[in-house]
Amino acid sequence: MNRIDETFLQLKTKHRAALMPYLPLGYPTLDVSAQLIHAVADAGADLIELGVPFSDPLADGPVIQRATHVALQNGMTLTKCLAMVRAARSAGVTIPLTLMGYYNPILRFGIGAFARAVKEVGADGLIVPDLPPEEAGTLDAACRAHDLDLIFLAAPTSPASRIQKIAQATRGFLYLVSVVGVTGAREQIAADLAEFVARVRAATSKPVCVGFGIANAESAKRVAQIADGVIVGSALVAQIGDAANAVTAAQKFVDDLRAAVER
Amino acid sequence: MIGRFGDYGGQFVPETLVPALAELEDAFNAARNDATFQTRLADLSAHFSGRPTPLYFAKRLTEYCGGAKIYLKREDLAHTGAHKINNALGQGLLAQKMNKTRIVAETGAGQHGVASAAVCAMLGLQCIVYMGTEDMRRQAPNVFRMKLLGAEVRGVDAGSATLKDAINEAIRDWVTNVRTTHYLLGSALGPHPYPTMVREFQSVIGVEARAQILDAEKRLPDLLIACVGGGSNAIGLFRAFRGDADVAMLGVEAGGLGIETGKHAARFAEARPGVLHGTYTFVLQNDDGQIRETHSVSAGLDYAAVGPEHVYLFDTERAGYTYATDDEALDAFAKLSQLEGILPALESAHAIAEAIKRARAMRRDQIVLVNLSGRGDKDLQTVMANQ
Repeated sequence: MNRIDETFLQLKTKHRAALMPYLPLGYPTLDVSAQLIHAVADAGADLIELGVPFSDPLADGPVIQRATHVALQNGMTLTKCLAMVRAARSAGVTIPLTLMGYYNPILRFGIGAFARAVKEVGADGLIVPDLPPEEAGTLDAACRAHDLDLIFLAAPTSPASRIQKIAQATRGFLYLVSVVGVTGAREQIAADLAEFVARVRAATSKPVCVGFGIANAESAKRVAQIADGVIVGSALVAQIGDAANAVTAAQKFVDDLRAAVER
Repeated sequence: MIGRFGDYGGQFVPETLVPALAELEDAFNAARNDATFQTRLADLSAHFSGRPTPLYFAKRLTEYCGGAKIYLKREDLAHTGAHKINNALGQGLLAQKMNKTRIVAETGAGQHGVASAAVCAMLGLQCIVYMGTEDMRRQAPNVFRMKLLGAEVRGVDAGSATLKDAINEAIRDWVTNVRTTHYLLGSALGPHPYPTMVREFQSVIGVEARAQILDAEKRLPDLLIACVGGGSNAIGLFRAFRGDADVAMLGVEAGGLGIETGKHAARFAEARPGVLHGTYTFVLQNDDGQIRETHSVSAGLDYAAVGPEHVYLFDTERAGYTYATDDEALDAFAKLSQLEGILPALESAHAIAEAIKRARAMRRDQIVLVNLSGRGDKDLQTVMANQ
């Protein structure tokens, strides 16, 4: 059993949803980015999603676009992302870490070599937002060979037949995109979210985590009541970007989120 | 594998869009066999777009080169000034069939944006065009045209503020409004079914040209030449000749300031496969897989990826690909203007530049057919600045 499965199993016995913050690697600086992984883990994150920057992030809204652009300006590369995961592991971060990145840098790195490297540095799963199951055969096989979870996303526009397919393909958990749109905090969680979660639950017993649009502790609390995990990206990135001390700000925000997902 | 040309093509998109692509594919396949749709498309192609466009024998350009006879397929004479109207019209009618009343489009040179705006006005659809601010600057007349046609033009500042960035924003808009919106993609690129669908709407170019050259010369040409940005005018010309083994095909990319400077958009010169905007194809990228900024004097060729079917034609050696630099295109622009009284679009001037080179090396009884994909009125500012 890998770290992701273990985490969800433990949380199930505690009847609590997982808190999964998203951090764009290399933002706001390489050094601070490394510190943020520790800070967010210490503040009570159950898993962390680590963003690999890409020049053309077409599933992302302005906040993450800007952050990943800054990360690239800072000289961030896929190789440096892997090194950052390795450093976090050797410095004692033990919670599951997933890498989230677009497909082209992975292709350029080489799919087999990439899966091997991801496993070797100590990450547990991959999320590739522009890779639906139909196109994922090669990467999925490489991930299986290295005991990595390849996590697929379902969207509110996915019909029942696709939800079935995605639920079957995904490992670790199913990433449920809560809104029709790109990443970015929304004022309210989608009105039809509970119904959407129910549709997905009918198709799978795998953990269901909700991301895209969760702005604050209040939204996180509501999502935590219906899902197995709450993913918070843009709202956290905005906190980091606005703060005089990014690490303190992130820690405080994740503290609040963690309190909100406790039942 | 879905929508592949050999290894290339596919559907590398966020899940939110996958159902919309399936809906589009169904609508497109139904339209192909729908006599009412085809009749409407043919009628509007004739009376709105002005098809068929002429095939013109460029006598003085031929004499200047002193080699093969040069014919020009005059897409510059189509309504709104380029071949882009063929695809915009087809997709506009499809959007109506799918009951989508809001259209988003991207544009580089502005030709696709103008064509989309014109079709939307004619069909009564809302039209939003994303355009890089650098392109808005260098193609200012087309920005004004789009606005006059009732479209909203949204400037995109990200990246190099050109076509790639406009496509990113158009896709983000589509992801957000997919239930009401059709994305009217302007070239034979992007996720399946776009490369196939756009090719089919553009294939009228080659169907007409093939019949016209047979009528004029009683034989097929030896060589087809077309510029390649995304590659829709080229694939539209090539398609009808795919079974004519003796007809060679040549695509001309933007060589920009020269391949050695790195400031170009010659995807075939580097031949690195990758995924951009939903399709697996040749992509200009760095060693980390980040998409590179491109350069061309012509906004319509200034793009980091190429339509996937062109890579397939390249791999199978059915078509060849080369490039013309900014300077060569500007020279060809001047030559065609002065020898034939035709101002070509700077995109098409790349094809003319290559045609001049090739015709010179060919016999007088041979024939080169060039797709003059658009007219150059939009480029006067750029040409004047470069004189």
